[in-house]
Amino acid sequence: MNNKTKEPLFHIVKRDNLPWYHAWGIRFLAIVLSLVLCALVTTLTTGENPISVFGTIISGAVGTKRRVWILLQNLAILLGISLAVTPAFKMRFWNIGAEGQVLAGSLASAACMILLGNKLPNGALIAVIVLCGVLAGAVWAVIPAIFKAKWNTNETLFTLMMNYVATQLVAYYIIIWEVPKGSGTVGIINASTEAGWFPMLGGNRYLLNVLIIAAMTIFVYFYLNYSKHGYEIAVVGESERTARYVGIKVERVIIRTLLLSGALCGLVGILLVAGTSHTITTTLAGGQGFTAVMVSWLAKFNPIAMIFTSLLLVFMGRGASEVSTVFGLNQAFSDILTGIIIFFIIGCEFFLRYRVSFRKREKSEIAEKGGEQHV
Amino acid sequence: MKKLTALLLALVMVFALAACGSSNSAPAAEGSAAEEAAAPADMKVGFIFLHDENSTYDLNFMNAAKDACEAEGVEAIIKTNVPEGQECYETAAELVDAGCSIVFADSFGHEDYMIQAAKEFPEVQFCHATGTKAHTEGLDNYHNAFASIYEGRFLAGVAAGMKLNEMIEAGEFTADEAKIGYVGAFTYAEVISGYTSFFLGARSVCPTATMDVTFTGSWYDEAAEKEAATKLIEGGCKLISQHADSMGAPTACETAGVPDVSYNGSTVDACPNTFIVSSRIDWTPYMVYMIECVKNGIAIDADWTGTLETGSVVLTEVNEGAAAAGTAGAIADVGAKLENGELHVFDVSTFTVDGKTLDSYMADVDTDEAFEGDTEVVADGYFHESEFRSAPYFDVQIDGITLLDTSF
Repeated sequence: MNNKTKEPLFHIVKRDNLPWYHAWGIRFLAIVLSLVLCALVTTLTTGENPISVFGTIISGAVGTKRRVWILLQNLAILLGISLAVTPAFKMRFWNIGAEGQVLAGSLASAACMILLGNKLPNGALIAVIVLCGVLAGAVWAVIPAIFKAKWNTNETLFTLMMNYVATQLVAYYIIIWEVPKGSGTVGIINASTEAGWFPMLGGNRYLLNVLIIAAMTIFVYFYLNYSKHGYEIAVVGESERTARYVGIKVERVIIRTLLLSGALCGLVGILLVAGTSHTITTTLAGGQGFTAVMVSWLAKFNPIAMIFTSLLLVFMGRGASEVSTVFGLNQAFSDILTGIIIFFIIGCEFFLRYRVSFRKREKSEIAEKGGEQHV
Repeated sequence: MKKLTALLLALVMVFALAACGSSNSAPAAEGSAAEEAAAPADMKVGFIFLHDENSTYDLNFMNAAKDACEAEGVEAIIKTNVPEGQECYETAAELVDAGCSIVFADSFGHEDYMIQAAKEFPEVQFCHATGTKAHTEGLDNYHNAFASIYEGRFLAGVAAGMKLNEMIEAGEFTADEAKIGYVGAFTYAEVISGYTSFFLGARSVCPTATMDVTFTGSWYDEAAEKEAATKLIEGGCKLISQHADSMGAPTACETAGVPDVSYNGSTVDACPNTFIVSSRIDWTPYMVYMIECVKNGIAIDADWTGTLETGSVVLTEVNEGAAAAGTAGAIADVGAKLENGELHVFDVSTFTVDGKTLDSYMADVDTDEAFEGDTEVVADGYFHESEFRSAPYFDVQIDGITLLDTSF
């Protein structure tokens, strides 16, 4: 067998389109496998029972009614940011500045609450907050977009840098608004008057946020799939030249899309400040602007699929903090578990697109063995 | 081929399951044993910490929580990495759901959210370290606690002054060059009170001492603290101390060979040649107190200030390798004088403000948005720190201390 040209042990072949059930089978298998590896890592490194760790993750995420609501709230925020960045991504505009755009929206709404808290009736104040927050987010996103459209600057670096500018701006204003002086915290804004706070629907502090993001999901879905704008975004994303050829004004599409992207981020920022936290900190967005990139990509820019990808991350995150409490493990341990699961999920996309073709002889042997076991 | 991949994966899975299946039983048994040990006492105390054990600040609280709960035989539920926002309220509410009769939070920024939770759950006691609002909020179930850490810092300052004297005598620099460097977090009363008491302690034994203070704008920023300490050393500071939570300043000192008075715990392991002593608040006495109160149905004080006497203000072992001779003895002597009231840290005869004695000062004890002074705190020849509320309110800039920046 050595006198032949040596065939490599395996090579990789691009797949034809898989039937959906097959694709989901592979995904399911990947998740099961990742859980098995998580179990192994848990047992080997901590000596805890992996089943009870998984149980704790589940109870930490959805164990009580309150936890379900907190999960929904966190899901809403992450999903909202992911939806916001998606139109830009679909256009192949690498907007990794969601963190800054959310903060800009938060900062604007906090400013309205602090400066106009006693001067406007509450309804008008909320309208002003929404307007300013959305505008601030849009401005934060459109600056890199204009530079990209006019001078073809690198949007990845530009949007990334804008995050730091936003963080420092927030830090600056915290020092102006801090209570008491020097403490570095703003505290709950308008705690006594609740001016500018979004109303609680039916006594639930999270329901409004969840409903707004649900509406946003539907909007983005239709915008991307069934509107002329959405179609233009897809064409620009596929090929700028084609877009130009068919008469699409690429610069205009870039700027318009980023205005929308930033405005939606700003809206999430408003929900964070006026909806739930009622304060402003530099870590308010908490890195979710970056997590959203992953959510969006994992879902292949499909807003409906994003519900599930963001749910997965939020679920694991919530479960993780419960694990650290119950087992006295550092929260980093749960991050390792989340990392393993995400690694498998992203990894399995490779097997959806390509198949591994083994050397013929090996193939038949293994196939036989496998066949026996299968039966 | 697809089948093959699937089967391979299935095989791996079977092995993996078998592997973890066999090792399951032992840890499970351990877990149930631990549960039984905690079972007799059904009282639960919930703890909300800003970071985890990697922060010296939070570690100090975590150790106290474990010690206090063990001593009292109650169950501790510890939540780490809880930010100073809505999450704090949510975590507090979850702890109430879990059956906690006390919820404790350790960071200043948690306060508003603790008050929010306290209003919603009147049957649960909420205790908050370093907060300022309990005495004005008027809630029966919301309480602040702190300790007279300025006394601890004064004692640490005495150790620093003695070290300066030793270096002056050894001819390393002249008495006029005895400058201390201090890395602070924010220009917040707690920090001002801290560095001033430290400085007064040092100057009580080394009269020519001066001090430069710089601020990092963060309670925990290792890189910024290290850089700040290095800058101070380059600016001629002969000894460094800090009010921030990372190892930044101590390691910068060890690298430069400059003596260091640390905070929140000993750094002698990492800095054997430069660590002198460290002051810290031991929260165990307060936690024991709050648990006992709830056990016995007594109201918890709205403001509780731990002292040297209650064992809340403690100093670590003096590192004989770096400290001046006789430091431990001097600390004990001065500590005894502070305890019996013979000596006061903020004795107005020991410092001046703009060249004048501080005869009267209206401190901002009741937090309001204008930061207006509301309470006369100078009486009987000294500034009464932490008496009108537990959190420090000494925010006077005294002569001899130079603030290099005040942007935070």
